[in-house]
Amino acid sequence: MVTEYKEGSVGAELGQREFKVVGTRPPRPDGVDKVTGRALFGADLTAPGMLHATILRSPHAHAKIVSIDTSAALAMDGVKAVVTSDDFVKQGGSGNQDTLDNCMARGKVFYDGHAVVAVAATSVMVANAALKLIKVEYEILPHETDVDAAMLDSAPVLHAGRKFRNIPEGNNANVSGFWEFGHGDIDEGFAKADIIVERSFKTAATHQGYIEPHATLATMGPDGRGEIWVSTQGHYMVRDLSAAFVGMETSQLRVTAAEIGGGFGGKTTVYLEPVALALSKKSGRPVKMVMTREEVFRASGPTTSSSTDVKIGMTKDGRITAGQAKPRYQGGAYPNITAMLGAMTAFASYDLEAVQTQAWNVLTNRPKQAAYRAPGAPMAIYTVESVIDELCQKLDLDPIEVRLMNAAKKGTLSSYGPTFDEIGLVATLEAAKAHPHYAAPLGPNQGRGVSCGFWFNFAGNTSVSMGINEDGTVSVIEGNPDIGGSRASISMMAAEELGIPFDKVRTIVGDTNSIGFNDVTDGSRVTFSVGLATIKAARAAIQNMCGRAAQVWGIDADAVDWVDGAAVPTGHNAGEFPPMTLAEIAADSAKTGGPIAGHHEVNADGAGVSFGVHLVDVEVDPETGFTEIKRYTVFQDAGKAIHPDYVEGQMQGGAVQGIGWALNEEYIYGEDGKLQNAGFLDYRIPVASDLPMIDAVILEIPNPGHPYGVRGVGETGIVPPLAAVANGVSHAAGVRMSELPMSPPRILAAIDGAK
Amino acid sequence: MRFESPDTIEQAVELLNTCDGISRLLAGGTDVLVQLRLALVEPDLIVDIKNIAGMRNITAEDGGFRIGAAVSGAEMGEHEGLVALWPGVVEAMELVGSTQVQGRATLAGNLCNASPAADSVPAMVVANAVARIVGPNGTRDCPVIDIPVGPSKTSLAKGEVITSIYLPARPDNSGDAYLRFIPRTEMDIAVSSAGVNLTIDSAGVVTQAQVSLGAVAPTVLVVDDAAKAIIGTKLDDDAISALQAACSAACNPIDDKRGTVEFRTKTAGVMAKRAALIAYSRAGGSK
Ligand SMILES: Cc1cc2nc3c(=O)[nH]c(=O)nc-3n(C[C@H](O)[C@H](O)[C@H](O)COP(=O)(O)OP(=O)(O)OC[C@H]3O[C@@H](n4cnc5c(N)ncnc54)[C@H](O)[C@@H]3O)c2cc1C
Repeated sequence: MVTEYKEGSVGAELGQREFKVVGTRPPRPDGVDKVTGRALFGADLTAPGMLHATILRSPHAHAKIVSIDTSAALAMDGVKAVVTSDDFVKQGGSGNQDTLDNCMARGKVFYDGHAVVAVAATSVMVANAALKLIKVEYEILPHETDVDAAMLDSAPVLHAGRKFRNIPEGNNANVSGFWEFGHGDIDEGFAKADIIVERSFKTAATHQGYIEPHATLATMGPDGRGEIWVSTQGHYMVRDLSAAFVGMETSQLRVTAAEIGGGFGGKTTVYLEPVALALSKKSGRPVKMVMTREEVFRASGPTTSSSTDVKIGMTKDGRITAGQAKPRYQGGAYPNITAMLGAMTAFASYDLEAVQTQAWNVLTNRPKQAAYRAPGAPMAIYTVESVIDELCQKLDLDPIEVRLMNAAKKGTLSSYGPTFDEIGLVATLEAAKAHPHYAAPLGPNQGRGVSCGFWFNFAGNTSVSMGINEDGTVSVIEGNPDIGGSRASISMMAAEELGIPFDKVRTIVGDTNSIGFNDVTDGSRVTFSVGLATIKAARAAIQNMCGRAAQVWGIDADAVDWVDGAAVPTGHNAGEFPPMTLAEIAADSAKTGGPIAGHHEVNADGAGVSFGVHLVDVEVDPETGFTEIKRYTVFQDAGKAIHPDYVEGQMQGGAVQGIGWALNEEYIYGEDGKLQNAGFLDYRIPVASDLPMIDAVILEIPNPGHPYGVRGVGETGIVPPLAAVANGVSHAAGVRMSELPMSPPRILAAIDGAK
Repeated sequence: MRFESPDTIEQAVELLNTCDGISRLLAGGTDVLVQLRLALVEPDLIVDIKNIAGMRNITAEDGGFRIGAAVSGAEMGEHEGLVALWPGVVEAMELVGSTQVQGRATLAGNLCNASPAADSVPAMVVANAVARIVGPNGTRDCPVIDIPVGPSKTSLAKGEVITSIYLPARPDNSGDAYLRFIPRTEMDIAVSSAGVNLTIDSAGVVTQAQVSLGAVAPTVLVVDDAAKAIIGTKLDDDAISALQAACSAACNPIDDKRGTVEFRTKTAGVMAKRAALIAYSRAGGSK
């Protein structure tokens, strides 16, 4: 008999195990609420006596704040409170201070849209009218928004006098981070090459583009206790930062995560929440804040823009002898580590003897970058995969064969340090090679692009609790906002482990006071980590239930097993008893020792890296430079797809966001350093009619680090499209494209330039 | 802000004429509401024209059609007679926005918003469309081409309201077409565009033609040289190239986030070429 709940016994069965609930496609539990409008999003809550707050933002890209005069605004009828950076608690020299300074500028404004003053009033109209009465005197400073220009000695310095660690000599004061990875002798590697391609690439900053703008409602009473309702990917993070910024203990602030209308990494920090809380503290009234779309673009997200030099050497038969990449990223006015992640991921798909990556982060007068699905990886991998494609083209080699020849596998020393365990890249490439898409004929002006992609996946701090109800149903509480269907997957894993049907389980996202701490929903960590904690919580409950059965039967607890949702004696020696179901045990729980629950808290590890391969066919109009995506197929290793619909959704969504990044999305700045396209009209995410059906092929190479073999799937999907589309366009247009987005004017100029 | 929804055109004219501050007419509102939301304008008076009798009708008149100023793009697309007579004008209007926007947006609103990139205007211009205007001094007719005078500026005087747009009768064997370039497939603003209207004889030779370009100058351009390049031809390759070159030569665009001067100039010619071929086949010509 397989005792699946016992520690350690499941891992060995991975891949063979037959699941009953896992792998099915039940209707999504949040579906009805969302289509009927009953779901409560960030802006949907109101409270008695509530005020509305709006923010005065910097019209300058870079300026010193000489003075702020809010007296006329405060005197206005209906205005109840005003806050500036003076109303927050200093955080010392930490990254948290940067986050606070980004919420409310201190001394200097660093970008067009940087928050300077917030006003709470009886209506949005009154608050906006009050903003017009605020007098801010600025001393305008020279600005820079381009990453390469900001590295020049002539560039204006953003944070004069601030020292960043580990910056080599020869870099100017805007370089806030430098990282280096790799192994082997790079010069020797290039010497072995028959052909070397060197190219420089640029990618534009893109926004996560969530449909729901940032929104929050905060209240703080005279007793110093507070509540925040917010659209976020991490309400514990909101609690910790907001409490610190207004100077209160975390236990006194309860944060509840609203239903969320998209985040993609962009809601992993705070913007409005501490401000609303501070305004509530001052006014004694609940305060609601909702960003306009323009504010979302000017002051939240986006991801980094990049400029990268790549050099790769290859033998005639397609073996990579050496790879080198030098990505330089800018993520706005405050330090960040996205460039480091770019350097780590650039060559992660390959088994290389010699590889070197060096990355720089450079400060510019743009909004503080926020995470965006696999932060740093799409732009780095785009550059490497473009050069590999060019090498294949020059050597007349099949791009998938070449990737197979060089693919990382179990035992490969990765380009960023660790040695890989079970990974799915080869299987993914083989699946792409064998797929009908790869053999389909191409029409005139069409081209096919291929790219690999990689993401680490994270795990981290996680708490789960579940109650076994007297009617035989189960209530699960997790602490991670559901941005990709996790409530369904968590219910499914609980049902699987407990041996009961999916519809007997309901999972909710609890507030910060309901269970232990949870890291933010990011790094594709939730299905993995929360799933793992859920399975372990279920096992704790099962152990408890086995004990109850043993008690009723009068046998030893060790003599009871859990099979198909019921306690059973382990064998004849244990005694002859009919199975006692979860529902039967739960119904009698009051008589056998009280309520039954299970919980698990862990700093999870073993997330398991994830690889994907994308195939795309594009057609380029040679007279206009317009690109049409004709066909698109995603191949990705999910470890184990708990709810395949959601997994496919993640793969498709990642591909679509990547297509937007490749073709049209970009932050456009004028000479004046102001953002010119702060809206969905001129910031062009793909619309439905721009896209074919994105076919998704799920591979399942079980992750040994998870009881069911799960790997995160939320981020890898956005990594390959940039290069896949660029390679397809380069073939279709007959000219190698090296700058994103490949907007029609850029493609047409390249075609005409190549004539 | 005052909102009025009068029943008669006379009341509407009176309201507008006696308003001292900023006033706006409201047809579909798909421009006006966006401008209000973005705080680009804070009008003292808004006059909705949708309740005025006749404003929502499409009526046959002298072989052509008179389209009321509150008729939506969707209603135009459902009118078989109109679609058969002026397919290019209807397709231009139907490019505006999305299904939702189509339910509201009007021809007159598109014209009076006076955007250089307005989609229906190049198509109306080559169709020789005429706007009927009622104002404090009575009623007058004015060719559509004379209404916009620059970005966001029209030639309408204070108190004047367009009540309808007239699309005239046309000879047999005529066809029109409108094409625009946008970086996506919908929900976007023309980077360059072209309208072509032509008539052919029984041999397939073009006997008359008009060519217009949008989004490449402050107002719609009528390119006589492009029309001349195809009149007297069967739209052979040389004629098409000459039309394309004449269009590109006429362009006077701006460089902005939506497109470079070079890109607009080139694609305007491409749009005109492709629109001419569609118009030619609609006229019954075969190539
Ligand atoms: C999402 C979206 C997408 C869009 N896409 C496009 C597009 O693809 N192409 C395009 O060209 N436009 C587009 N537009 C703009 C707009 O929809 C069109 O210009 C539309 O035709 C305007 O018509 P309306 O009836 O809504 O005008 P309104 O907003 O009601 O009015 C527009 C202007 O005209 C004036 N006006 C209206 N009627 C009259 C009249 N009878 N006499 C005198 N003045 C009048 C108004 O005072 C106002 O200044 C889009 C708008 C939105 C919101």
